[in-house]
Amino acid sequence: MFGFHRKASHAQAAPESENIVEIRGLWYSRGSKRIFEDVDIDIRRGDVTAIMGPSGTGKTTLLRLITGQLVPDRGTIVVDGKDISRLSRRQLYELRKDMGMLFQNGALLTDLNVFENVAFPLREHTDLPERLIRHIVLIKLHAVGLRGAWSLMPAELSGGMARRVALARAMAMDPSMLIYDEPFGGLDPISMGVIVRLVRRMNDALGISSIVVSHDVDEISAVADRSYLISDGHVAGYGTPTELEQNRNDVVRQFMTGMADGPVPFHYPGPDYSEQLLTRAGR
Amino acid sequence: MKDLLSDAWFTAREFLQTFGASQLFLLRLLMLTPRALLRPGLIVQQVYATGAMSLVIIMVSGLFVGMVLGLQGVDTLSRFGSEEAVGTFAGLSLIKELGPVVTALLFAGRAGTALASEIGLMRATDQLSGMEMMAVDPIKRIVVPRFIGGVISMPLLASVFTAVGLFGAYCVAVIVMGVDKGEFWSQMQPNVDLVRDVLNGTLKSFVFGVAASMLAVFEGYNAIPTAEGVGRATTRTVVITSIVVLVLDFMITAFTL
Repeated sequence: MFGFHRKASHAQAAPESENIVEIRGLWYSRGSKRIFEDVDIDIRRGDVTAIMGPSGTGKTTLLRLITGQLVPDRGTIVVDGKDISRLSRRQLYELRKDMGMLFQNGALLTDLNVFENVAFPLREHTDLPERLIRHIVLIKLHAVGLRGAWSLMPAELSGGMARRVALARAMAMDPSMLIYDEPFGGLDPISMGVIVRLVRRMNDALGISSIVVSHDVDEISAVADRSYLISDGHVAGYGTPTELEQNRNDVVRQFMTGMADGPVPFHYPGPDYSEQLLTRAGR
Repeated sequence: MKDLLSDAWFTAREFLQTFGASQLFLLRLLMLTPRALLRPGLIVQQVYATGAMSLVIIMVSGLFVGMVLGLQGVDTLSRFGSEEAVGTFAGLSLIKELGPVVTALLFAGRAGTALASEIGLMRATDQLSGMEMMAVDPIKRIVVPRFIGGVISMPLLASVFTAVGLFGAYCVAVIVMGVDKGEFWSQMQPNVDLVRDVLNGTLKSFVFGVAASMLAVFEGYNAIPTAEGVGRATTRTVVITSIVVLVLDFMITAFTL
């Protein structure tokens, strides 16, 4: 239903490896702050893979590295058999045509309505007749339950609706990999439930691979085949949701059970509390 | 003293870096322009947004600048007994200087800020990153059409400013101050040269169009993706464009006189 105009290059591709993304020995720093230190990650083809971790651990940075928006300091990131940091701009864009990404805030083009937002990649990359574009857009919008909202502007959409439209747009070119950056953040329970079901449904219906970055443990456990838990620049845990729940690593336990204090401290590092209170400047 | 030198060196280095980056950015825009012309629909949209939407401020400003020129022209020239030359005075002032320069300054305040804040907000809300993820180059799709739209709009706006300014000068000088209608136009006609004056003014407005549009899209595209960053980019657009326009005006005038 969804993949009827998938590009011919998919069918002619060389034998596919088991992993759609392979990260080896990844090092990345921003300024003096180290984000990743010798990280290895495999994203299996056809799976929904979750990247979890406390806020500020670099989950979104990891997505930007996987999609070639950032370049690693060291190590390799191979996406669909191609080392992403060695691709030219044109090759990178060709690869991205086969990826869809859902940003935290949807990143819809605010001067275009819902229909035109979903049609945008089709108009940019194909010469399809207007009639066919209309059909594809309506099919994608129907899949996310927003066919009736085709004429609304992004400013008229709720947060959940904007993300669903962004999901329809991400699917417009029938990519083989969908990437979700914090898809559940700030949503009401109904919108969250809709997005959770859509992530799983899209993955299975389209036969694609999905990477979901989130720190919502319950939602991600319901949808992911496997999860990576990143903390302090390293992979702290990996496995199925059940395996992660049974993991004895302190960081993993703290994250999965939502404990306020533990290896990931509640307090940001600073001087001694009483000493700071007693100093004159109070700083 | 050492700190002062160090600060001066840092400022100079930062200025050179920004200047170099802006020139490379301009080069990229110019290289992408021929291909962008193949999608005239996008450019027409931007001519409308930057040009047509600036018409009101340009016409109102032009009218009042022309009226002031009429008043000042008649007052000054009457001291020499040649107030009938006010048409030439207003025509040359508007065509050679005030039309291109004031239009460029108004363009920076109206269209330049709109361009910088629009592109800056697109960056802050991940719209540009979203485009890159859809394998669409935001410079080609967003920046270049806006740049070309601005370059096309500027000479047109300057022409409108000049025409309305002449009308304002005519209203004050002829209708209010009683200068002869025939003298007003007939003195202007032989004294305003098509190549030396009109083309010179058009060249200026074209150069200002390139500078003002490039600076607006450059500042917007490189804005820090926060509310403060977008605000700063918008302010820088007006300040830098105003200075650059006045410097360029002097340079073009010096070379073409």
